[in-house]
Amino acid sequence: MAQLLVYYAHPGHRHSEANRAMLDKAREVSGITLVDLYAEYPRFQINIDREQSRLLEHEVILFQFPMFWYSTPALVKEWEDLVLEHGFAYGHDGDRLSGKTMMLAITAGGADEAYSASGYQRYPMRTFLTPLEQTAVLCHMTFATPYVLYGALRAQANDQVEPHAAGYARLLQALRDGRYDFAAAKELDVVTAPDLDQLIEA
Amino acid sequence: MEGILFLAFLFLIAGVIAVPVASRLGLGSVLGYLLAGIAIGPLLRQLEVDVVSIQHFAEFGVVMMLFLVGLELEPRMLWRMRNRLLGLGGLQVGLTTLAFMGAAMAMGQSWSIALAVGMVLALSSTAIVLQTLNEKGLMKGDGGQSSFSVLLFQDIAVIPMLAFIPLLALPELAELLQQSAGDGGGHGGGHSWIDDLAGWQRGLVTLGAIVGVVVGGSFLTRPVFRFIAMARLRELFTAFALCLVVGIALLMTVVGLSPALGTFLAGVVLANSEYRHELESDIEPFKGLLLGLFFITVGAAINFDLLSADAGSIMAMALGLMAIKALILWILATLFKIRGADRWLVTLGLAQAGEFGFVLLAFSVSSAVIPQDLAAQLLLVVTISMLLTPVLFILYDRVIAPRYATSQAREPDAIDESGSIIVAGVGRFGGVINRILLAAGHKTVVLDHHAEHLERLRAFGIKVFYGDATRPDLLHAAGIEHAKMLVVAIDDREQATQLVHYVAHNYPQVYMVARAVDRHHVYELYSAGARDIIRDHFDSAVRAARSALEALGMHPHDAERQTHGFVENDRKAIRELAELYDPDIPVHENPAYVERTKQFLASHEEAMRGSSAVFGDRDARSWAHPTLEDLEAIEAENASNKS
Repeated sequence: MAQLLVYYAHPGHRHSEANRAMLDKAREVSGITLVDLYAEYPRFQINIDREQSRLLEHEVILFQFPMFWYSTPALVKEWEDLVLEHGFAYGHDGDRLSGKTMMLAITAGGADEAYSASGYQRYPMRTFLTPLEQTAVLCHMTFATPYVLYGALRAQANDQVEPHAAGYARLLQALRDGRYDFAAAKELDVVTAPDLDQLIEA
Repeated sequence: MEGILFLAFLFLIAGVIAVPVASRLGLGSVLGYLLAGIAIGPLLRQLEVDVVSIQHFAEFGVVMMLFLVGLELEPRMLWRMRNRLLGLGGLQVGLTTLAFMGAAMAMGQSWSIALAVGMVLALSSTAIVLQTLNEKGLMKGDGGQSSFSVLLFQDIAVIPMLAFIPLLALPELAELLQQSAGDGGGHGGGHSWIDDLAGWQRGLVTLGAIVGVVVGGSFLTRPVFRFIAMARLRELFTAFALCLVVGIALLMTVVGLSPALGTFLAGVVLANSEYRHELESDIEPFKGLLLGLFFITVGAAINFDLLSADAGSIMAMALGLMAIKALILWILATLFKIRGADRWLVTLGLAQAGEFGFVLLAFSVSSAVIPQDLAAQLLLVVTISMLLTPVLFILYDRVIAPRYATSQAREPDAIDESGSIIVAGVGRFGGVINRILLAAGHKTVVLDHHAEHLERLRAFGIKVFYGDATRPDLLHAAGIEHAKMLVVAIDDREQATQLVHYVAHNYPQVYMVARAVDRHHVYELYSAGARDIIRDHFDSAVRAARSALEALGMHPHDAERQTHGFVENDRKAIRELAELYDPDIPVHENPAYVERTKQFLASHEEAMRGSSAVFGDRDARSWAHPTLEDLEAIEAENASNKS
């Protein structure tokens, strides 16, 4: 059983800078399961059985996507609606995901200061992520602190993409090998590339 | 060389002109070829072309045709036909021979001449009848099968007839022949080494040849085909297929059996082979061309001098010939419980004399059985009867079949269920539709005039009915007036359009889903009244394109959107053009249509080059993030809002 399952979802893959660089790095990490959701389900016909058995086979489930309108790309929502069935993920007898960890690796267009009461996004990032967090909780999963790239649209110009993507690869390796300190990460609202040094055990 | 080229060109051009015209007029291809032959006949005579020897060559088309018929016929089906084959076929040949023998004797001929004449005229034209039955899709019905049984028996009967005819030789004719040292036709009846063998040896050789064909066909063709496939050359398959047919024909001729029978047998043996369709498609064009050539030579060989000299009596004999044959066929068909329109199909279809009659005539003359002048007259009678056959088929098609249409649908296929959805045509296209409708819990009434489709479906327990969905009476019987929906999934484009037109005008409440074979067919269906029109190859082509894009490295989601953009754009174009389309004007003479098409093509091309906004546009816009300039503008705005 592989430890780590990564779902990548980006409908505009070819326009992407940050997510694409992250995906390229992720592909180089061995021993993990990497699923490009839009490549696998370009017509939104999600195979529920296949997805549920993928979930059962992994301990850490990580979704990598760009934030669109304070939420996930549409296919991730479709995936949630179909795969996280009553009786499987939640509700009566719905405890099959119990004890697993759900984590997000997201990119946001706005700069980090925008995500605050005084910023133009008016709320902190974690507030926008509460639907996903609660989804994890309802499915008896632990919601790990998300790995975030702020200002993703400027990241290329500011030379932030490369370090973020490299950090992403280290993160995936650490998750794969069980060297990631979830407890320490829990103290943080979000994890960014510079935080990784203190969260990954050598 | 020039002569051969000119001759080939003459035959080809005559066929190419005459056959489409004849088909257009609903006369069928056979009559088209015959008329082409009549048209070029005088020219051929002026050039002193030996039409008869070309005809002998072209008769090989019949051998090929029987091979193809065999391919379509599994051994099991042949076994099921045995009663018809021996009973109906045997009685037809026997009774008809006797009847004409009697008639000839009544007209003052000696018994030996009369018997030979009887045999000549008993045979029908395999070439014309099978070709026509196939063309009209009548082969699988009871009438078609019975006709085929009779024809097959006749083809087999030719061999003993050829053996028997020399025994009827008249001494005085033989002397005459020896004097003039004429050689005659000698077709198929030549003496071979086998005649020198004792009876039991001959039997063994013959049996060995048949066993060889059966065993070789069962076990040898597969490895040979595999061996040939290794060369990866299309024409090698064709060469092998021809080699196979020619080889078997040769073997059969050598051992004194009918080449047509031999290749038919080989076809039956190969009917279950996975190479069946390969063989079919390889032999088919040769068969078509040779038969076409054969029909042309029949037309060309008509001796109009002799005909006009004796027109009255020859026409009377031809008509009498057909009347007698038809009468015997009708009686036998009744005896063998062939019902309704099928009885008439057998009666009218086989009422002519045929190409084997030519062979027997030539052989009888060379064997000193029938005098030359009588043979010339008979040749004309046979030809005229062949020429009239397509006319009888038209009579059957236009007058008899429609009259029996309802009763035929009632027996054996009484449509006892009225579903709310009628599916016309359940081949590869309609079959899928039907299965999906059934899976969704709908009741369907399925109509198809391909017996093989029906048998396949019946085997799976699906209720289907044999019949031509374009016939109003059958539609009526299928309950069109109470139907919610009609799915038009038949192969033939003109019939599909006719059907849509008929239903749209008579039952406007029926929703129609129509299958189009191409873009122009969409317009035809649209102007016929269909609004839900699906091109049968379009979606699969789009999917294939999408697969190609994915294989070239495009992200599947991008490939999906790219092809979807194409579909949307194409659909928009087709909808607009359908409005401009006028069924009465060819598209290239419709200025509005041409103009709009040009516009669409231009914008398409731009899109292909990636320089435009047609279907690239939506994709360029989707999920593209704002540029840095956009970002600065947003932030400036935010800053000013704050202050």
